[in-house]
Amino acid sequence: MTKVGIASYGGYVPRWRITPKEIGKTWGADGEAMGRALNIQSKSVPSPDEDVITISVEAARYAMKRRPDIDPKDVGAIYVGSESHPYAVKPTATIVAEAIQAAPLLTAADFEFACKAGTAAIQCAMGLVGSGMMKYAMAIGSDTSQGAPGDALEYSASAGGAAFLIGPAEESIATLNDTSSYTSDTPDFWRREGQTYPSHGGRFTGEPAYFRHVLQCSENILKRAKMKPEDYDYAVFHQPNGKFPLRVSQQLGFTKEQVLTGLLVTRIGNTYSGAILVGLAAILDVAKPGDRIFAIGYGSGAGADGFDITVTPKIEEARGDGIPPMESMVAGGFPLDYATYAKFRGKIRMAGSS
Amino acid sequence: MREVAIIGVGETKFGELWERSFRDLGIEAGLKAIEDAGIIGEQIDALYIGNMSAGKFIDQEHIAALVADYSGLVGQHIPAVRIEAGGACGAVGLSTGYMAVASGIHDIVVCGGAEKMTDVGDAQANQVLSSTSDKEWESVFGATFASLYAMIARRHMHQYGTTREQMAQVAVKNHRNGALNPHAQFQKEITLEMALQAPWVAEPLGLFDCAPLSDGAAAVVLAPMEIARRFSDSPIKILSFGHATDTISLSSRRDLCTMDASVIAGKRAFHQARLTPADVDVAEVHDNFTIGEILAIEDLRFVGKGKGGWATEEGLTALNSKISINTSGGLKARGQPVGATGVAQTVEIVRQLRGEGGNRQVSGAEIGMTHNVGGTGATAVVHLFKRGD
Repeated sequence: MTKVGIASYGGYVPRWRITPKEIGKTWGADGEAMGRALNIQSKSVPSPDEDVITISVEAARYAMKRRPDIDPKDVGAIYVGSESHPYAVKPTATIVAEAIQAAPLLTAADFEFACKAGTAAIQCAMGLVGSGMMKYAMAIGSDTSQGAPGDALEYSASAGGAAFLIGPAEESIATLNDTSSYTSDTPDFWRREGQTYPSHGGRFTGEPAYFRHVLQCSENILKRAKMKPEDYDYAVFHQPNGKFPLRVSQQLGFTKEQVLTGLLVTRIGNTYSGAILVGLAAILDVAKPGDRIFAIGYGSGAGADGFDITVTPKIEEARGDGIPPMESMVAGGFPLDYATYAKFRGKIRMAGSS
Repeated sequence: MREVAIIGVGETKFGELWERSFRDLGIEAGLKAIEDAGIIGEQIDALYIGNMSAGKFIDQEHIAALVADYSGLVGQHIPAVRIEAGGACGAVGLSTGYMAVASGIHDIVVCGGAEKMTDVGDAQANQVLSSTSDKEWESVFGATFASLYAMIARRHMHQYGTTREQMAQVAVKNHRNGALNPHAQFQKEITLEMALQAPWVAEPLGLFDCAPLSDGAAAVVLAPMEIARRFSDSPIKILSFGHATDTISLSSRRDLCTMDASVIAGKRAFHQARLTPADVDVAEVHDNFTIGEILAIEDLRFVGKGKGGWATEEGLTALNSKISINTSGGLKARGQPVGATGVAQTVEIVRQLRGEGGNRQVSGAEIGMTHNVGGTGATAVVHLFKRGD
């Protein structure tokens, strides 16, 4: 097995924002209290002309731009993980492949595993590169996630994504030392074929779902790496809201300081398949050679994918001129009122719409 | 009529038990009770199971046969009965088992109660609970259980000057007791401020005014008093029970602030046992909402009408105070797996009368009471218990 790493990465978050207060106003709910309970100040909203394809392309292009030395033709696979692929049948990945000029000599497919489809794609890419089948493989997690109007999910479901180019460790900006997963049949959140909005199991999404899987996966990674929480410089966990990742990190023994750099959910909401990956991208933006990163993705249904990562000196050569850092995409943004948000998200029935 | 004693008790932990099924819970409680009684399966003559809505919660009806089967009693082909009476099914199951033993039809019976509520979402669970009110005149119009009890609370506040703080004190006390009960769903104390600052469920009832959704099971073993000492050094005698009904809908009641069913069930139980409220040392009453406990202690004549809030605030219902109410933590802190509640109340009283209450023991407890309510008061059942002579 060839040792593998992150050759490059790129992230993208739409600029529009809506606050829990504004959402709550429409539904006669105390949105501010909801926001406090979720530890979410605002969530990102995609423009009408943005979807998982455009977000994935944007992120993939930034990843390729960061490493101009890499020929896109050497990218042998592209996998896009999302639960909001624009097409039920017809891949997102082929469009991304064309957009970064990696087509046609590659394999491509779309992945789905709730919020961890992106990390599952990274694991597949690790296998393909590690086995020597190809030099580079790209894994993307991106979503324009759905929350039913008025449902608790509407306060958090947002849009964003990140692309990770996996390649040989010796020329990577960060090595992927280990990955391990924890998976079980746990129906905490689901959306059936043809349904517009997902369903969730309320409080069941907490202890038996997110916490059990993330804790077990984290403990396995720590054990295999023979590391302790304090040995890491950064930790990033799947962030369905601002509360769960802080609680789980505290339970494991990580400090708030280790977690805050990758905790973007408080400002952009839950980007689902993109969530852990935009957080990891934000960490890589500021990480120094030698830094150790602990990353645990979670997807409902349910499973957690864990990664033990070491940043290499190569990162200094790949800061990416002209690539906006994640912080610039996360900070600020333009506020939306609910009516415009509803229009952007296609929640208003227009003439001629079916 | 023969005298009847409880010779064994058992219960599961109550809570959101995601990993446990209805069957798991029922079996655990049943086995613990049988073990406590020191009997074997072949000695059991009949089963009575309190369960409110397994059909809606886990899509399983015919649970009496199921429980008998999964308890390993299928070889004896014993009769098994499922009893439904809204929130009071546990207590009605117990009184039914009591009558079977008292009448001489059966010798040893197991009365259990179980509910698995967290397999459905919160909204659906609340809908199921609302079905114990009047479907055609209440719940179909959107009246939730909390909103009906909120109306009772409003009226009580208006008529007797009961305050939100007084209601919250019920939750504070029951959480304090629950913190001492290793089987309770919430084993932590809360402050008055926490209770008052919690979000509304149905004004004036906040989150801490409402019992939770829970999974859990409890069981007791009954035997004729004359043979009870063969099984137990401290058999607990069932002195009496009172069972009463009232209008199913709240709007048809004589008085919103009184549950007539509780009043009459209490009177019947006291009359039959030739006791008065002053004789009771420890009582488990139906506090599915904090206002429910206030009504209960008034209707059972522990305090005068309208004095329930005041008495709670004064600490008269605290552990080892004037009358120790809900030493288990009550429905509020122990949890409210509906079908199990009436039986779990009995388990607590048996423990107290045996002197096995641990650090929540009511000193010198001799007479105990349980009070279990169905719907918004359409059914009430009161049992009185005494330490075996």
